[in-house]
Amino acid sequence: MDKTAIKIENLTFFYNPEDEGAAPEDVLSGVSLEIRRGSFVAVLGHNGSGKSTLARHLNALLLPKGGTVTVFGMDTKNEDLTLEIRRRVGMVFQNPDNQIVSNVVEEDVAFAPENLGVPSPEIRARVDEALRMVGMYEFRDHAPHLLSGGQKQRVAIAGVLAMRPECVVFDEPTAMLDPRGRRDVMDIIDKLRQKYGTTVILITHHMEEAARADRVVVMSDGRIVMDGAPKEVFVRVEELDKLGLAVPGTVRLLYTLRQNGVDVPLSALSVDECAQVLAKHFKA
Amino acid sequence: MLRDITLGQYFPGNTVVHRLDPRTKILLVVLYIAALFTANSWASYGVVVVFLAAAMAISKIKLRVMLKGMKPLIFVIVLTAGLNLFYTRGEVLAQWWIFTVTREGIRSAVFMAGRIILLVMGTFMLTYTTSPIMLTYGLELLLSPLKKLKVPVHELAMMMSMALRLIPTLIEETDKIMSAQKARGAQFDTGNLLEKARAMLPILIPLFLSSFRRADELATAMEARCYHGGEGRTRLRVLRFELRDFAALGLGLSVLAAVIVIKRFSL
Repeated sequence: MDKTAIKIENLTFFYNPEDEGAAPEDVLSGVSLEIRRGSFVAVLGHNGSGKSTLARHLNALLLPKGGTVTVFGMDTKNEDLTLEIRRRVGMVFQNPDNQIVSNVVEEDVAFAPENLGVPSPEIRARVDEALRMVGMYEFRDHAPHLLSGGQKQRVAIAGVLAMRPECVVFDEPTAMLDPRGRRDVMDIIDKLRQKYGTTVILITHHMEEAARADRVVVMSDGRIVMDGAPKEVFVRVEELDKLGLAVPGTVRLLYTLRQNGVDVPLSALSVDECAQVLAKHFKA
Repeated sequence: MLRDITLGQYFPGNTVVHRLDPRTKILLVVLYIAALFTANSWASYGVVVVFLAAAMAISKIKLRVMLKGMKPLIFVIVLTAGLNLFYTRGEVLAQWWIFTVTREGIRSAVFMAGRIILLVMGTFMLTYTTSPIMLTYGLELLLSPLKKLKVPVHELAMMMSMALRLIPTLIEETDKIMSAQKARGAQFDTGNLLEKARAMLPILIPLFLSSFRRADELATAMEARCYHGGEGRTRLRVLRFELRDFAALGLGLSVLAAVIVIKRFSL
């Protein structure tokens, strides 16, 4: 089986200017990226870096103005394949209120399989499985607007999982949530990867979230400016600062210590690792 | 404050009335309305009231909730009753200036007001016990013969269910905007009607803007979840008429029949 989930080649995109004759401004200019099946890629960038626009190319919500996007071997420009692409690449958005279509939790989760023409008993099985996966099964006959933000987002994720996607794109899924909701969403991502080996693409501007990925792609002005393992990317503190991205607290601490002449390595990302490094250093 | 609006709201439950096929319930409401408009005597109204009361008791919908939902209609009810009270010819009971109260007037005022109240309560029963999705699904199925005439039945049903879905969200949003405006010194409950209307503008404009943004995002999310119109769509729940549906429809028909019989023989 082909190991590549998504292949983006020289992707260029611009929104058509409102007044005719004005020169369009590129939102994405020449982005190339290959994402392996089963990997967890975080895409970082501040507002306007083009990261959400990039995300919307992955399930044919937007089509390239230049270059190609190939998803599981399917060109997104081929309209006959649009539905199949959207089934295999699910997408979770920022605002849970704006993606829930029904007044009952389980009917909302059933929306996508209903659209796909899945037979009813199978829809029931998928809905139950997806709701259990996100820990919202007990709320299946509740009204979504009475749930908390984090719970709503979990319902929205279940609605995507009911399609049985091979890849899920999370477009800033935690931006509107409290710390607890944020943690729940991140835990679901971990569970998803363990249980189904789903390819996950997480668009975010939280460094702590990106640090959990196995690859970090940093975007700025419609281009990819950094690409590598979190440990490789986050040690480039000065560059990230210039892009207006805050490095994780752990790296910031180690960086400041180094600036002041304390010889500690920068690459301890998690709190535990960081504590160990510090303990080791100060004991010596 | 806006949270008390119960119009068009669904109260989840698991009673027989809740479990009835939405098509059955829609047809029952049609039968009920037909009976209500045929009824013209205490006896026939009594039959209709008993039917409604039974439905309310079984579905555990409280009278208080219904009356609360009817508050915005008080004006219409009072106006109708008033017009009937003073403008019906017949045996004069009292007279003052241009107002004449007749025996027939009192009777017709009571019946007309009762008719409106019962009409509204009957339709409330439908929306209180049927989830909007089921309601629109039922309507879609009942209207599906119209598809042959190129009526976009699925699209209409979808629009309706979206509208119902957005009611609580928009109410929440209005509350938020009002609080924000109040925090900056806006006053909504003072001044005359014109001033009050003007005070609403700073609420309506942000509400409209955010609604458009919301609609746009919702449409994108629906597309991302493979929505492509009604073609080839299946359902989580397949609607099938059960024994209880036939029983309920039979009951509805007999209520209508009873009312017609009472009228025919003026019992």
